[in-house]
Amino acid sequence: MFLAILPAILNVLILVSIFLFLVPQETIAGLLGKDSGFSGMMLAAVIGSISLIPAPISYPLAAVLVKCGVSYKIIAVFITTLMMVGVLTLPLEIKYFGVRVSLMRNALSFIGAIAIGALMGIFL
Amino acid sequence: MSKYVPSLLFAAFIVTAFYFNIAFGRNIGVTFWSFFKEMMVFMPLMFILVGLFDVWFPREKVERHIGTESGIKGTFWVILLAMLQAGPLYAAFPVAYLLWKKGCSIKNTFVFLGAFSTLKIPMLSFEIGFLGLKFSLLRTLLTLPVFILIAAIMEIYLRDKNFEIKEPDALNPRTTKAAA
Repeated sequence: MFLAILPAILNVLILVSIFLFLVPQETIAGLLGKDSGFSGMMLAAVIGSISLIPAPISYPLAAVLVKCGVSYKIIAVFITTLMMVGVLTLPLEIKYFGVRVSLMRNALSFIGAIAIGALMGIFL
Repeated sequence: MSKYVPSLLFAAFIVTAFYFNIAFGRNIGVTFWSFFKEMMVFMPLMFILVGLFDVWFPREKVERHIGTESGIKGTFWVILLAMLQAGPLYAAFPVAYLLWKKGCSIKNTFVFLGAFSTLKIPMLSFEIGFLGLKFSLLRTLLTLPVFILIAAIMEIYLRDKNFEIKEPDALNPRTTKAAA
């Protein structure tokens, strides 16, 4: 089972590696650092959606962003979309759930992440 | 074997890049390696879990806990199950497929995906460590109703649409052979 799905996963990892080279993590961090408000949250949501950063890297990165003065609501949106929305893993998701359901789950998660961020902004 | 062609081309590119010391190739290679290591740790574990789950949990038992009729208790059970997992989101798809095959309701299958992606205990320990308990607790409490709502919307939308989760061709040698 694992060996059978390995090539599909390898292709995803190759795409991610090339993508992260074209858009370095410093650029991602830089773009998130200055903005705030709704446009900042949207930007954080889009970047979180198209990035695939494992937790051992994303949380230290988030901690650095906080130190750079990024607000907690933007961190929450970024972290939540990173976890729940996967544009790069969409081809794999579609294989299991089909196009319509995958797009719907990702779209709803995207909206949900914005809502979570907005609420975090009220409480923190 | 033809499925490995992109991987082999990529490997050849990276080896060439390292041999001739081409900076951008090395960069991509290093990034790939960090992902690959994570995958090699988590994915076999996930598949072992999937295998054990398949053997240990008879359909009727899972149905009773997380089937269509099980309500709030089933949701609670599925969240607990998801929290004990590890790995990136794509590792959750095979488990979701299996849960669904075992009679898990549409809503609870998507609750599993939501809880898997946002409430995994290994991930929460990272979150508390780097962003603090207050942030983690608040995000968890806000995320919980959000993914339950998403799952409820998915169920209402898919209830009478012949929804099914497919096992990708790659997992079924017979289909792959027939297609090739």
